[in-house]
Amino acid sequence: MQRPARLFTMLLLSLVFVLAACQRAQPTPTPAPAAQPSPTQPAAPAVSPTPAAQPTPQAQVTKPTDPIGVLEIKPGEPIVLAWMLTVSGGTAQLGEDSKRGIEIAIDDLGGQLLGHKIELVGEDSGCNPEGGQAAATRLAANPRIVAIVGSSCSSEARVGAPIIDQAGLVMVSPSNTAPDLTDPAKHVNAYLRVAHNDKVQGRVAAEFVVNKLGLKKVATIHDGSLYAEQLANVFAENVKKLGGTVVAQEAVSPDDTDMRPVLTRIATQQPELIYYPIFNPAGSFITIQAKEISGLENVKLMSADGLLEPQTVQNAGQAAVGLYLSGPDLTVLGPKYQEFVQKYQQKYGTKPVAGFHAHAYDATMMIVEAIKKVAVQAPDGTLYIPRKALRDALYETKNFQGLTGNLTCDPNGDCADPKIAVYEVFSTDTANWPDSAIRKIYP
Amino acid sequence: MSLATLRRALFIGLLGGIAVWHLSLVGLLPAFAQRRLIGETLTFSYALLVALFALAAHATGRRYPGALQRVAWGTLSALTAGLLVLALAFVVTQVNLRQIFLNATPDLARVLTFGAGVSPAGILRTLLIAAVAGIVSGVVGAAPAPWGRVSVSAALATLLLGLLRDVLGPILPSGLVSVLYGPAGLSVPGAVVIFVLFFLLFALRWSLSGRAGAERLVAFVPSPARGPLARLVVIFLLASVPLWAGLFLSNVADFVGFYILMGLGLNLVLGFAGLLDLGYVAFFAVGAYTMAVLTSPEIGQRFTLDFWVALPIAIVLTVCAGLLVGLPVLRMRGDYLAIATLGFGEIVRLLVLSDWLKPYLGGAQGVTRIARPQIGPFRIDSPQEFYVLVLVSCLLAWFLSIRLRDSRLGRAWFAIREDEFVAQAMGINRVTAKLSAFAIGASFGGLSGALFASLVGSVVPASFSLLVSINVVALLVLGGMGSLPGVVVGALALVGIPELLREFQEYRLLVYGIVLIAMMLFRPAGLLPERIHRRELEEAVEEVREVAPAEIAPGPS
Amino acid sequence: MAIATPRSFLSGRRLEASQLIVWTIGAVLLGIVFVGSVLTLRAGHYTAAQWRDFIVFGIAQGSIYALIALGYTMVYGVLRMINFAHGEVFMSGAMTTFFLADYLNRSGFLKAHPWISLIAMLLFSGLVSMTIAVLVERIAYRPLRGAPRLVPLITAVGASFFLQYTFRGLFGSGVRAYPAIPVLQGKLWVFQKTQIAVFVGVAITLLLLLLFLQRTRAGLAIRAVAEDREAAALMGVDVDRAIVMTFAVGGFMAGIAGVLYALVFIQVQFFMGFLPGIKAFTAAVLGGIGNLPGAAVGGLVLGVIESVGPSLFFDGYGIRAAHQLKDVIAFTILVLILIFRPTGILGERLGGEERV
Repeated sequence: MQRPARLFTMLLLSLVFVLAACQRAQPTPTPAPAAQPSPTQPAAPAVSPTPAAQPTPQAQVTKPTDPIGVLEIKPGEPIVLAWMLTVSGGTAQLGEDSKRGIEIAIDDLGGQLLGHKIELVGEDSGCNPEGGQAAATRLAANPRIVAIVGSSCSSEARVGAPIIDQAGLVMVSPSNTAPDLTDPAKHVNAYLRVAHNDKVQGRVAAEFVVNKLGLKKVATIHDGSLYAEQLANVFAENVKKLGGTVVAQEAVSPDDTDMRPVLTRIATQQPELIYYPIFNPAGSFITIQAKEISGLENVKLMSADGLLEPQTVQNAGQAAVGLYLSGPDLTVLGPKYQEFVQKYQQKYGTKPVAGFHAHAYDATMMIVEAIKKVAVQAPDGTLYIPRKALRDALYETKNFQGLTGNLTCDPNGDCADPKIAVYEVFSTDTANWPDSAIRKIYP
Repeated sequence: MSLATLRRALFIGLLGGIAVWHLSLVGLLPAFAQRRLIGETLTFSYALLVALFALAAHATGRRYPGALQRVAWGTLSALTAGLLVLALAFVVTQVNLRQIFLNATPDLARVLTFGAGVSPAGILRTLLIAAVAGIVSGVVGAAPAPWGRVSVSAALATLLLGLLRDVLGPILPSGLVSVLYGPAGLSVPGAVVIFVLFFLLFALRWSLSGRAGAERLVAFVPSPARGPLARLVVIFLLASVPLWAGLFLSNVADFVGFYILMGLGLNLVLGFAGLLDLGYVAFFAVGAYTMAVLTSPEIGQRFTLDFWVALPIAIVLTVCAGLLVGLPVLRMRGDYLAIATLGFGEIVRLLVLSDWLKPYLGGAQGVTRIARPQIGPFRIDSPQEFYVLVLVSCLLAWFLSIRLRDSRLGRAWFAIREDEFVAQAMGINRVTAKLSAFAIGASFGGLSGALFASLVGSVVPASFSLLVSINVVALLVLGGMGSLPGVVVGALALVGIPELLREFQEYRLLVYGIVLIAMMLFRPAGLLPERIHRRELEEAVEEVREVAPAEIAPGPS
Repeated sequence: MAIATPRSFLSGRRLEASQLIVWTIGAVLLGIVFVGSVLTLRAGHYTAAQWRDFIVFGIAQGSIYALIALGYTMVYGVLRMINFAHGEVFMSGAMTTFFLADYLNRSGFLKAHPWISLIAMLLFSGLVSMTIAVLVERIAYRPLRGAPRLVPLITAVGASFFLQYTFRGLFGSGVRAYPAIPVLQGKLWVFQKTQIAVFVGVAITLLLLLLFLQRTRAGLAIRAVAEDREAAALMGVDVDRAIVMTFAVGGFMAGIAGVLYALVFIQVQFFMGFLPGIKAFTAAVLGGIGNLPGAAVGGLVLGVIESVGPSLFFDGYGIRAAHQLKDVIAFTILVLILIFRPTGILGERLGGEERV
């Protein structure tokens, strides 16, 4: 490009930018500094003048103030909810299932909330820390989002929740179960969950193995993810408490295809059961290959809610028969849940494919309740949602009647009413999942 | 009017049709239909279809000097493509292929027929649009230069602005936005205005009268002041970004900055010294993980350091890593060097991923709670604030690159790039030169990694995969190897644009692959190549083309 | 370029320091491996049966690598370029044939005629991969024949992404599982039947390849072009056809490797080609790039080392989850070979020479 022309173009561009910079009406809501060692925030007064229990927002003349910030939704603009789930790859069924739970919840609300349309956006988080990081970063950069339902996998949340927290948003997870996420020392304010804490699941699984099956020697395999590692540890601790022994604790990678070295090493310790609470496809590789290792011909296999999907049985075929799976107990959930399943079937053509669709529904409804509690409607129709108040309202959720039970949130973000069951795979027929392939055997 | 020309036109139309088949079945075309570019009807998919028809027409027509022939043959190609599009729509609605091809849905058929479905109306509509696209393409192509180029560029710019609505919306003044943009894309009047604006702009730039006018304007500025003024303006523009860019754009700008830094580093190794390093991510990882390990309270409970203390340590360690990588590969050449460095990159990633090193490096879950820089009482928290740091680093790296390029070391690198043995014979110490290339190049990567770790607040092993190395090499090649502005252009194109268009995340790497192949086929020297490089590359490729033209051109074979 | 081989040129005094460091590092690594093996064997955790299983599996996996490596080595011999997209060629055969396998299974044909089904699957996969390989050559590589080596490399990378994500878009990102082949279930004596099938499959393919290259005119043309492209052209060999044939044969074998892989691993996914691709390339380099028996040997050696290595080398040190370092071993071997013996195990003059 000729020199003069280049200079001229740049001068033109700078003129445009100067105009733009001068004209900027309002800066986009700036995110709050980190929840970590951060300078103290001015103790701004709480937001809505109404008592918290009122569902309808009071008309107010002035915009509310909030330590984190206030989201302003003009008349005609939608209320933006976001999902952060794993919808691709081997774990796609888990995330897709949850996403459908959210969509049904929005349908049940008529797609409207407080006179605004509900818009659903989302990011694929891939069930790994990098995906969680990327998805959280993108969601955090979208100032229109009110709240997030996610993430699917605990490893995503460990990395993603601080980013969400930093941005002032709030997230409610339908399927994270790792204990660390609600550990008081590590918990971030933006994070809540409606799924069970694995301290429960590990205990139930151990009780099943030692008390019901009567096995004493177990081995565990995790895949390096937060969820798998912690669940395997909880399981191991509980087995030891109940008098069993843990002969080996190994790890694989989620994209490993050859599990033979690990299985062979375990075989040298002669376990009676292998507990591998991981995801597909790694889980199915273990299921398939375990039977081929000399020394493991009679070993029992057990996994957890990460494998509670039709793919597990489809991919491993006959090798999956006899596999035990722990997970949310969907058989005791009552008539509202049955209605939900019907709606699911009508809308998507199949019965629910993973374990956490009802949890996602509950998470969405919980968020909606909290929004109704704290939103402030101005006379001109603008809706103000104060962010910190929204978080507080979520933490104050008490006896919320959800599909999965009675939800009450504790200060660390655990809201679930945990009901865990152990299922057994008895057939390779997944045409009518879950009933055609698995059945509950404990408790 | 011979059989050969007919066959050629049909063949190009066939290729265009196959391209549409591919993009449809892969799911890109149906996904793009969600996006409206102008008004309520012109979606991204429709624009893409029209563009493909026009491209087919152009590829056929450009051989013919006469306007009539051009339009005629071009339209024939476009119509052929149109027929294929209809064929796919028909197949998809008649046969249920969804068990195999997930995207072969009736929705796809609707998109392919521009909304009318597989019906007489749809067939007519599609063929008509194809014909019109062909005719317009021919006419525009036959127009005297530069008007053809101007109109096409203006049209593309308009469509681009429609696409970037979500990005530009928050930063432009709201009054402007409500005039130009509708609910989803550009409004029709807005589109017209923008098209005219860009038409004038490009006309000014590319037409002779425009250039003359610009020259006269710039004559006001005295000649010696022009260079520094230009530089000042650029720096002013860059520095102003945090003022007007929102959260999202600043984030994108930060990531582009990281890749620019890495690109400048790899430029020393690959662009200047000609060492094909496919494992550059290793340096990025060393920088990031050093920052993580030293400043995060999760690892090494005994102490955590401040960001500013950890940063130089990270750079020093990365330099050591550069030397460690450089030493073994001193005697390797070309492909082998590439593979060996690729191996190193993967080894680093696997080590930080392993359970064995988990107590020190965080394992598969990575390291979180990495420190942010603090200047006195002021902590750099938001992407906008971080941008300043990134900008300063990039400017520093740029400055260093220029100084190195013009130094004796730089000359030594160029000599090595041209011919290692002759350089040695000329008295250049190959060992020192290569090692310093690796070391200094690595330091830029380490700086970039450390900043990245701090901005995101956490590091996870998957962020340091081969893809990053390939990205850096690709952006270097795209921009032109050895060319510093090329690094910036490459980063904007290969990192900035995909981030801006994040809703199409799924197809990003598909497009990436297509772009890489297309770039290598049509512009192997890059977009802003260094003059010498471009001559070399184009000569080499030309030679082959001259020797065997028949096999390159499609047609009778 | 008529210049002395690098080795002699560089044994001058200038490089001694750096060479010394590199040799030391190499010796240390070897020492670690040796000591580790001794410790592991002395600790005696694994039975002989288990070592045998490791080795057998290693041979099975290694033979799959060998088939893919042959494709790499042939292309490198003929074009002096690394065909990064070859791993995706392997994947394309495996993924496409899944649908055939699924159809055969659901229609009952698989149970009724398992051997015919298997052969059909192998041929189908070979054909698909072959087509893809030839298309890639035609579109992406041929126009760039004379360009400096970076350009075809980038193109190959682009082609690799393109193929991966095309298949992801076409068939989805999920994992597909091949149906179990009735005749190949269970063990024959002490070996898994699927693994035996893999050996046999690879052996037959290698034999056919050898016959093709040695006894047919097309094979002769390929060998001539690999030897010296210009001389071959002068001798009347159609160079373009020979090159296309090379890609076709390499692709066909990759397709067969794809189905064999699916027999053993069952699950296939769109990015299954990436890692085997790199491993196969490592195998080719290990055996001597451009050298066909070398590729086969390299594949087998790599497969066995990968299978046996982590347990043998690292178990003795008590390293947790040593098998995660399996790929580290593979890449380290790659780097070491490139440093100390670029011509590979079986040696090949292509390795050390300066290529113009």
